[in-house]
Amino acid sequence: MNKTYNQKAWFFVVPVFVLVAFNAVVPLMTVVNYSFQETFGSNVFAWEGTRWFKQILHSERFHASLGRQFIFTFIILLIQLPLGIAIALTMPKKGWGVPVCLILMSMPLLIPWNVVGAMWNIFALPDIGFLGNSLNSLGFDYNFTQQSGDAWFTTILMDVWHWTSLVVLLSYAGLNSIQPAYYQAAEIDGASRWDIFRYIELPKMKKVLTLAILLRFMDSFMIYTEPFVLTGGGPGNATNFLSLDLVKMALGQFDLGPAAAMSLIYFLIVLLICWVFYSLMMKNEGRT
Amino acid sequence: MAKITLKELSHSYLSKQSKDTDWALRGVNIDWKDGGAYALLGPSGCGKTTLLNIISGLLKPTRGEILFDDKEVTALNPVERDIAQIFQFPVIYDTMTVYENLAFPLKNRGLSKTEIDSKVKEIGEMLELTSTLNNKAAGLTADGKQKISLGRGLVRSDVNVIMFDEPLTVIDPHLKWVLRSKLKELHQKINRTMIYVTHDQIEALTFADEVVVMHEGQIVQTGTPVELFEKPKHTFVGHFIGSPGMNILPCEIANGQINFEGKIIPSNNSFKKTNFSKTQLGIRPEFIKFSNDGIKVKIKRVSDTGRHKVIDTECSSGSIKILANTSTEIPSDSAHITFEQKYTYIYGDDWIVE
Repeated sequence: MNKTYNQKAWFFVVPVFVLVAFNAVVPLMTVVNYSFQETFGSNVFAWEGTRWFKQILHSERFHASLGRQFIFTFIILLIQLPLGIAIALTMPKKGWGVPVCLILMSMPLLIPWNVVGAMWNIFALPDIGFLGNSLNSLGFDYNFTQQSGDAWFTTILMDVWHWTSLVVLLSYAGLNSIQPAYYQAAEIDGASRWDIFRYIELPKMKKVLTLAILLRFMDSFMIYTEPFVLTGGGPGNATNFLSLDLVKMALGQFDLGPAAAMSLIYFLIVLLICWVFYSLMMKNEGRT
Repeated sequence: MAKITLKELSHSYLSKQSKDTDWALRGVNIDWKDGGAYALLGPSGCGKTTLLNIISGLLKPTRGEILFDDKEVTALNPVERDIAQIFQFPVIYDTMTVYENLAFPLKNRGLSKTEIDSKVKEIGEMLELTSTLNNKAAGLTADGKQKISLGRGLVRSDVNVIMFDEPLTVIDPHLKWVLRSKLKELHQKINRTMIYVTHDQIEALTFADEVVVMHEGQIVQTGTPVELFEKPKHTFVGHFIGSPGMNILPCEIANGQINFEGKIIPSNNSFKKTNFSKTQLGIRPEFIKFSNDGIKVKIKRVSDTGRHKVIDTECSSGSIKILANTSTEIPSDSAHITFEQKYTYIYGDDWIVE
């Protein structure tokens, strides 16, 4: 066997390596670099070992914003998934209603995040905003800039408005791929509407829903722009989520070392949760 | 178990109908005996699946009525009609085990646990699924899944009719035979009315006691496989059944006799009426012989299929296919042929003349 070896082909992959290096590896390594050292500017660094990591992991402030982050993500997943599936189930399957619904559903997704934040800020203002003003004239004491409960309520409502469509569109695509014979067979078997949902629609949507959960988890766990514009993390620290806190630490206080350590911990948490979740969901897929 | 009667059944998927082609079904009348095995045979788009869905109650007909045992069921839904239907590709509930799949229709009908258990085990045994009863249904092969679909239909002892909508489409060829004989065997064992829809003539002819051939939304002939072969009532049946199909040749009628290629051809059917816009002669390739005199044809091509020879010939009225034993000497270039009178039929406007 005379196999020809030609390593020149590697040159064709070089551009990709360069690109990935510049947009991922180099920035990430810079962060790693900062997380182990202390700097006072002018490129002077002093080795600090794992000091920043220990500091972050023991910091009350980090625990608080991480806790807020988990609660926020948990609540929006709890609302958006059932709501998205429910809307997808009621959407028409044919006729003129299909494009109308699809366009209506896509619209929130097309609006830039800072615009969404600004829109909701104005919308919810207690004195002149439509939502804030209406709530107050209905007798509710609503002020999202002063009361933390109201700030949470508004942030969650905004996120539900902005992102439920994504779950709807994914679920709708999943539902549409179910062959009519499944519904016919279920009808003949005497299945109830709930049975059809439980044994046909939900299992057939498993893959798109896995995707929806992953996307919504990652996006909501890293949410920054919308609450930044809407509440700025306030009142006080009430809606100070992880990424808001991170930016405050890095750019507000210029604590580059702890901020770098926090970014890495943050990154690893997202990665770990996604990996565990995905492996659990796909555990039995290989056998079919 | 039930006798099935369809009366003047018509269906259209459009809300307004102006011409014949707007109808998927046109005036279908059927009488099916209790416990029979029937096949609906026809090409894609002939209306056979529409007809099946109307019988099962998944579709409401535009016109006409359906009777089970002389009781009208036209307005009833599938559950009330008590029917079972098996679809083109296997329909299973992925998250359930094989056992749960089979038990599902019974559970929905409120049977007790012990009744369900004995029924499921019996059907599982019949379909050779016993060893996989506790496996997840999603992990089975295509034919295993189709057996589950079948089992969900068989597990209920009260079904009026079991319907199959091209159930072997996704099954491997070597397993088709196995499943088909299984179906036949089941029919003999449980003795229920079964309707089998297919576009495959071999499937239809091997499964059914009586085959209903459909064409453009109409029933063109109902009969046993032998009847369909020996005496097609419509040129479509002649053409669709048999391989190669019947030779349909244009002919003229003068003084009550068939004139084809300037020769008088004796035929099986006699006729009185002659005012057709189109008259044709039908003869199956199996019933054409070479002879010393007769119609002169040119031999175009001979293909040997192993069991017999198919000879493509041509005369001035068109091409004629002939089927002969492999041992038959085929004249080269040109030959004379005669048609066996018993199997020569006259068709007026595509329908047999009687």
